[in-house]
Amino acid sequence: MTFYKTRKDLLYLAIFALVIVAMPLWLKPFGAGYPDLMQRFMIFGVFAIGFNILFGMTGYLSFGHAAFLGAGSYAAVWSFKLLSLNPIPALLFAMVVGGVFAALVGVVSLRRSGIYFSILTLAFAQMSYSLAYSVLMPITHGDSGLQLANTDPRVLDRLFGADGTLPNLFGLSMHGMYGFYFCALILLACFYFSMRLDNSPFGMALRAIKSNQTRMSYTGFNTKPYARTAFIISGMYAGLAGGMLAVTDPLAGAERMQWTASGEVVLMTILGGAGTLLGPFIGAVIIKYFENIFSAFSDAKLNEIFAFLPDGLQDFIVMIVSPFVGEGWHLTLGIMFMLIVIFLPGGIMEGCRRVMKNLRRRSSEHPTRRSQLKPAE
Amino acid sequence: MSQPVLDVSDVDKNFGGLRALSNINLQIKQGTTHAIIGPNGAGKSTLLNVCIGRLPPDRGAVIFNSDVITGRQPHEINQMGVVRVFQTPAIFPDLSVKQNVMLPAFAKRDGAFRLNMMQAVADQRQLESEAEHWLEDVGLLSHQHQLVGSLSRGDKRRLELAMGLIQKPRLLLLDEPTAGMSRHDTNTTIELLKKIKLRGMTEVIIEHDMHVVFSLADRISVLAQGQIIAEGTPEEIRGNPKVQEAYLGGTQV
Repeated sequence: MTFYKTRKDLLYLAIFALVIVAMPLWLKPFGAGYPDLMQRFMIFGVFAIGFNILFGMTGYLSFGHAAFLGAGSYAAVWSFKLLSLNPIPALLFAMVVGGVFAALVGVVSLRRSGIYFSILTLAFAQMSYSLAYSVLMPITHGDSGLQLANTDPRVLDRLFGADGTLPNLFGLSMHGMYGFYFCALILLACFYFSMRLDNSPFGMALRAIKSNQTRMSYTGFNTKPYARTAFIISGMYAGLAGGMLAVTDPLAGAERMQWTASGEVVLMTILGGAGTLLGPFIGAVIIKYFENIFSAFSDAKLNEIFAFLPDGLQDFIVMIVSPFVGEGWHLTLGIMFMLIVIFLPGGIMEGCRRVMKNLRRRSSEHPTRRSQLKPAE
Repeated sequence: MSQPVLDVSDVDKNFGGLRALSNINLQIKQGTTHAIIGPNGAGKSTLLNVCIGRLPPDRGAVIFNSDVITGRQPHEINQMGVVRVFQTPAIFPDLSVKQNVMLPAFAKRDGAFRLNMMQAVADQRQLESEAEHWLEDVGLLSHQHQLVGSLSRGDKRRLELAMGLIQKPRLLLLDEPTAGMSRHDTNTTIELLKKIKLRGMTEVIIEHDMHVVFSLADRISVLAQGQIIAEGTPEEIRGNPKVQEAYLGGTQV
């Protein structure tokens, strides 16, 4: 039974891996087959999968997850500056910092649940954001952001005589396609871990906390450490994602900690389907894709697209559409999000399930319906 | 005379001006089934809530195997071996029937919390077979993969029972275990509880169904308006005029 389940898991993982690795091929027709964007799919996929462990499985809605992402970025850049341009120590350091930061925030905010928990995490994230611009200036370099410089010590690189000016994995540049495959590997590892977690008794305990925390304590569970562990794991995922951002583009700024970034991961998770394994990743891909597409449109480009229309109509349409693209693409995102929440509360994954169910029912109902109709004729 | 398993001494509990429990003294001996009966609002469920740490008593103490358990956290009390089966099924709607039963077994195996990621993540076969065993006992094995939301009320009660039993409690508190069940299911549950009792389990049972009470109980306490008005063997209670007036309504049972 268990063996069978693991095999099914592996099959699931293999298919997922195939889809990911083939991304450059099948994303090309959508105009998204270039490494920079695909890296972002991977990175925010990791972020959303980690967020889902806390929100989707355990039922704690954190509104401050970007703080861990930002902390991870700073940690990774500092590792580049002080230790080495190799991404591996940077990512490890980013995960540790994300986890420790989450542990500290968790001690306070997990004392409450529901909306109070959300507000506490939001407060912490905004506090980190302001601190990054004031007291923590020596660490964050405030407005200008934390950047690499040729004068950095890079102790390990100097020791082993490695050179280069950008993060590289033993000479492989982390900027282009290699960077994408590196990120994809991390995403697959993260996905596999969250899948195992979900199928385990530990994951079962998390889901039980989500549905009835009070009853849990009468079942003999001390629920607080479970929630705290989920929070720390989720913080480590966020730290890792932040580290990956720094690996692909070695610059860390405080705007990554702002509440809009925290809100974005909530949107990704809900859009894809909170509590499902694949949903958060799909949500991350969709949001990053549309951000890329819609925010690239300018008024000039719109005029070009609608040029086939008569002059008056063209101006009119462009006037209506332009607030939804470019800088205003968040408006489109908002509308998309509202539609999903109202019509598909379970996100895109629920949509898929409904379609599958409908197809199955139609194919099984078809013959019976015909036989029922015949006597009436 | 051996030490009682559960010793409730001088417990008071008020809700605002309402005196829910007043001066309750109750001793429950090892291996016995003790029924608590009484009209609605007599304080039966409040008494159980005090025992499992859900409500702190205003006065008095609850002693379990010579450990004072008043003031302890609910999960600590559960880990000591006091398990309650709830009246309104309090199960986990997002999980399947089997997972609902595996969960208490997981709590039993790993304690209130043990960060043993490798075992917690990898191994579930042992929990599964344990869960299947108990589901068979309560007759729910064929439903094991269903989500619990789709179960009938009676089936939910039996699931609750399995969730309690899988923890192999030292003291089982049953809050109307057969409410909402058909006569047939009630009798099956009585048989199951008798079987468990033979293994030496101590049970406290709250019940309105006198058929259940008189088939299971060794001793009965009658609670009315927060006070114990009578205690004795089933025969003594049946013959007690005070009880008949307060609860049994004068009719012969």
